[in-house]
Amino acid sequence: MMQFILKRVLWFFPTILAVAGVTFVIMNLTPGSPFQPAGANNLREDVLKQIEKQYGLDKPLPVRFVIYLGKAVRGDFGESYARRPQKVNDIMRRSIPVSLHLGAMALALATVGGLILGVLAAVNQNGIIDYFSSIFAILAFSVPSFVLGILLLLLFVIWIPEWTGWRFFRVGGWDSPRDWILPTIALGAGPFAQLARYTRSSMIDVIRSDYVRTARAKGLAEQKVILKHVLKNALIPVITLIGPLFAALGTGSFFVEQVFRVPGIGKFFVTSMSTKDHPMIMAVVLLYGVFLAVMNLVVDVLYGVIDPRIRLGGE
Amino acid sequence: MAQETVSNAELLAEASELAPTRQSSLWKDAWRRLVKNKLAVIGMIIIATFFLVAIFAPIIAPYGEAEVVAPELRLAKPSWNFPMGLDQNGRDMFSRMVYGARVSLLVGVVAQLIVVGIGVPLGAIAGFFSGRVDNAIMRTVDVFYAIPQLLLVLLLVNMLGPGMKNIFIAIGITGWVTMARLVRGVMLSNREQEYIKAARVAGASNGYIIMRHMLPNSLTPIVVALTFGIPQAIFIEASLSFVGVGIRPPQPSWGQMVGTGQQYIQSVQHLMLFPCLAIALTMLAFTFFGDGLRDALDVRMNA
Repeated sequence: MMQFILKRVLWFFPTILAVAGVTFVIMNLTPGSPFQPAGANNLREDVLKQIEKQYGLDKPLPVRFVIYLGKAVRGDFGESYARRPQKVNDIMRRSIPVSLHLGAMALALATVGGLILGVLAAVNQNGIIDYFSSIFAILAFSVPSFVLGILLLLLFVIWIPEWTGWRFFRVGGWDSPRDWILPTIALGAGPFAQLARYTRSSMIDVIRSDYVRTARAKGLAEQKVILKHVLKNALIPVITLIGPLFAALGTGSFFVEQVFRVPGIGKFFVTSMSTKDHPMIMAVVLLYGVFLAVMNLVVDVLYGVIDPRIRLGGE
Repeated sequence: MAQETVSNAELLAEASELAPTRQSSLWKDAWRRLVKNKLAVIGMIIIATFFLVAIFAPIIAPYGEAEVVAPELRLAKPSWNFPMGLDQNGRDMFSRMVYGARVSLLVGVVAQLIVVGIGVPLGAIAGFFSGRVDNAIMRTVDVFYAIPQLLLVLLLVNMLGPGMKNIFIAIGITGWVTMARLVRGVMLSNREQEYIKAARVAGASNGYIIMRHMLPNSLTPIVVALTFGIPQAIFIEASLSFVGVGIRPPQPSWGQMVGTGQQYIQSVQHLMLFPCLAIALTMLAFTFFGDGLRDALDVRMNA
């Protein structure tokens, strides 16, 4: 078991390094100088060179990469080019908690709701609950989060207040549930549906298995069969979904934040890229990369702990 | 003796008569199952409509894709003359929606062609040869998996510049990993099957085995992955255009129209509503169809 975990942990570092490298190269291949905004008056060539030199952009790419990594490892992500003289660290410190809060609420909604709905649908297979839950799941699974966000926005922030005068939901801040509820639903609905669908099919697979028939045959109460035998085994494949789920929440949050004007990390996503704000781009990508890698690691280890076949029989 | 020969010949004739129907029966059976699935049929109808609208856009749309129809009526709400209203420049929303379908369809199909073009050969090679080649390909796949696709597409489009061609490229070179992984998995499980061993014993070359035996037997999961890949590409284009780095105006795209509409949301909502509904409906149709196809072909996938 230790060896299994160690192997996975060791994979983490080359992965992150590769992610950083790929981003660094693509970013620097992007034409144009970060200090020459498009559409603004052209800076004089020597002035531009001077500013670039000040930020160390005159050094060769590999050298800059190593310098950057050295600082990043110590937790220093540099100064934002576009928002000079703000530090990337300060910007992140302000916006990450908001995004994390949103992500955590969406995840809670998705896991609790998705599991419950999935189990109910599987137990009542082809029944009325199953029918409605699968329609709901297919809707939420298909509609992109930003589209759902906008439909919610139109309905609850524009139309319902217009028709009824009931102005409960707000956009543009992050202080109370009045700001939280709609973005959480928009972001959580997709993963919710995915989990529900997956849990349902996994449960149905297990319900058909021999050991469940045995459990029933020996007269165990249905509730016990479902909770102790079915659910426990059905959850194993569901765990693999958590990794991609986090990824979906991560990138989805950007668009949802954009729709509801949530002051999170999301808005730096595109603005940093279009302004060629290199330190900000690196920080955002690394943040997501590390987050994803850690989550995948946790999922892998969890998977190994729950299912002995994987750690013993696997690679 | 003579009688026996006759009956053998009869058997052979019977067998050869049966053979062609057997060969097509997988797809025929799948089709029969597919049309029994109501949701899948609804999905198919919507997708067919979407294709027709995209192909015959110039005939269906009353105005050009960026034609300013009535500048004095800018932001006009839906009316008899303009069923979806006018946009911020006085262009007909309905015409722009129709041309937007064309953009979505092109992105979905062309990007997936690139995905298949890169992913299938690489996956097949990795799965067939294993060892060092497999390792090299799969480690590359791992790196791609570590970055969310949307993030990487954003980076690439930013580097290449906006526009449809660059969106194809960006989605293609980030999306192949899923396909490669899928094909590799199928290849790995097929490789040890008896018919492959038989072909090898009979002296077939590697290329022949891959092309004639293994790929045809991996076709169903690839087809199913495609029906989920097309809406995924459409979704990525819509997201990119929504934040303003996708399709370059004045060429219309649904995502871009939603993004522009957001600036006018307080006064008029039809700018966002119609493209939003179109995106949602398209995604829904592909899910209905993809689910139905997966069940009909009886493909097991983890997604």
